[in-house]
Amino acid sequence: MNRYTRRTFSLELLMIAIALVVAFPVYVLVNLAIRPPSDTSSPLRPTLAPTLDNFTQAWQQGALGGALGNSALVTVVSVLIVIAISALAAYPLARVTARWSRGVFLLIMLGLMLPFQLAALPLYQTMRDLNLLGSAWALIVFYSGLQVPFTTFLYIGFLRALPRDFEDAASIDGCTAWECFRHVVFPMLKPITVTAIVLNAVSIWNDFFTPLLYLSGSTQQTVPVAISGFVGQYVSDWNLIFAALLISMIPILIVYFALQRSIINGFAGGLKG
Amino acid sequence: MKRSNELARPDAASVVRHADPGPVATRSRRPRTGPPWWFVVPAMVLFAFVVLVPSVRGVYYAFTDWDGLDPNFSFAGLDNFVEMTRDADARQAIWHTLLIAVSITIIQNGFGLALALGVNTMIKSRNVLRVFLFAPAVITPIVTAYLWRNLLAPDGAVNSLLGAVGLDSWQQNWLGDPELALWSIVGVIVWQFGGYSMVIFLAGMQSISKDIYDAAAIDGTGPVRRFWSVTRPLLAPAFTINLMLSIIGGIKLFDQVYALTGGGPGHATDTMSTLIYKDAFTLGEFGYSIALAVVLTVIVAVASTSQYFVLARNERAAS
Repeated sequence: MNRYTRRTFSLELLMIAIALVVAFPVYVLVNLAIRPPSDTSSPLRPTLAPTLDNFTQAWQQGALGGALGNSALVTVVSVLIVIAISALAAYPLARVTARWSRGVFLLIMLGLMLPFQLAALPLYQTMRDLNLLGSAWALIVFYSGLQVPFTTFLYIGFLRALPRDFEDAASIDGCTAWECFRHVVFPMLKPITVTAIVLNAVSIWNDFFTPLLYLSGSTQQTVPVAISGFVGQYVSDWNLIFAALLISMIPILIVYFALQRSIINGFAGGLKG
Repeated sequence: MKRSNELARPDAASVVRHADPGPVATRSRRPRTGPPWWFVVPAMVLFAFVVLVPSVRGVYYAFTDWDGLDPNFSFAGLDNFVEMTRDADARQAIWHTLLIAVSITIIQNGFGLALALGVNTMIKSRNVLRVFLFAPAVITPIVTAYLWRNLLAPDGAVNSLLGAVGLDSWQQNWLGDPELALWSIVGVIVWQFGGYSMVIFLAGMQSISKDIYDAAAIDGTGPVRRFWSVTRPLLAPAFTINLMLSIIGGIKLFDQVYALTGGGPGHATDTMSTLIYKDAFTLGEFGYSIALAVVLTVIVAVASTSQYFVLARNERAAS
């Protein structure tokens, strides 16, 4: 198992072959996105006269710049709020054994299980009555609440495995509970905070169902809704659609490849938490 | 201890009533009782507004004939649920939802486990492969679904590829054939999230001590036995997480169906989530739609609790 044998080499070739099959759709995506609509040859044949026209056209007609800005705003603000309030809530829930603490913990566990489809329609009505439909702020409020159970759950698991000696020492030295959380506990939560940021950011950025409900017909679109609208509008102009899909993927892939270690560890991190 | 209680009592006496004085007594040797209860307030207010209150109202609406707009609606008892048993679309959607969830759970995790076993070896490309195979999992599902809608079209790249390698007879109308469309959706999801399962299995494998494998090697175990008797039981936590994620993700599936087939052809790929969406927003049957969501909730609850107990027992048995 520790030497590079001929069998290891055949395994290497097999794994690379699988990776190429997995990458095949991306090849077609790029190949068609750089192809002028006049070129109707097989999608497999490399494009001989590549052009960037599809990208400029998709960018302008799909209002993708605005959508990327909205998605970034919604994701960043929601993640900051969720991290702050969930870490704060997890601290007493992991440390206090009083009855209220166990009760709140059970509510959080219940929240982990409730599918959003149940709350979606009544909440749609509330948002409508509060005149919040169609605004990016509705989405921020929404994600800040929706992601609480999962994020708090991650923090509670991590906190329970963390010794309390530092907090106790800090409070003997006269720290208030808030100072203790802010300067002692929260910094120690860093590994699970990275996991929570990664998982929340990916699921908020990628969410489609919620903005479809709460932003439909508005000009404040997020990327998934803008893409869906774009596909609906340019039904069979696939070169243009592919350029739009690629534009929407590029920011994610840049962040992913730049931070791949933290991101992959973040996804795998729920395992240790 | 003093400080937190003084802060708490004057402005929210009613909530403090619930605070149990127990820990003060039981942990009197500790310097204080721990963090104050009001740390949970911001999170719980938002959670209640967005999830708890609407969910409770949802359960109530499921027993009404509300259309989503009219403030005058009447209590309908079990009518919505009775109608569901007569509604072929609903029965089909429930069946599709379960079928998709179970297939994804088996195929995606099988694929992910195979990838993890292949990557967790001495091959030189293992780090690069891990990064590339996981990449689809971070891309927006609705975007990859639109990509696949084109690839799986009758004149799309998948059929072209099959033609190019001489497998013309395998060419299909992947999304237009009612018998096949559901499986095409499952395939797209496995393509996107197989790497996700792989990463979780890999994390589990890397936490297994090398000493155990060395001991197994000394005892002369072959690779199959090594996997079955050493790796598999020690991967129990990774299995728990992976199976939970894929079965619940499968039950709630919406984006990929919406983008790939819209539930069609006919209703051949409608899932509970797409039917809930259609009934509410194109037919205006909010009450009925929420009744479907209640059924979905029950399915999720049963699936996750039963899976949790079965897998937790296996984990205990393994350790």
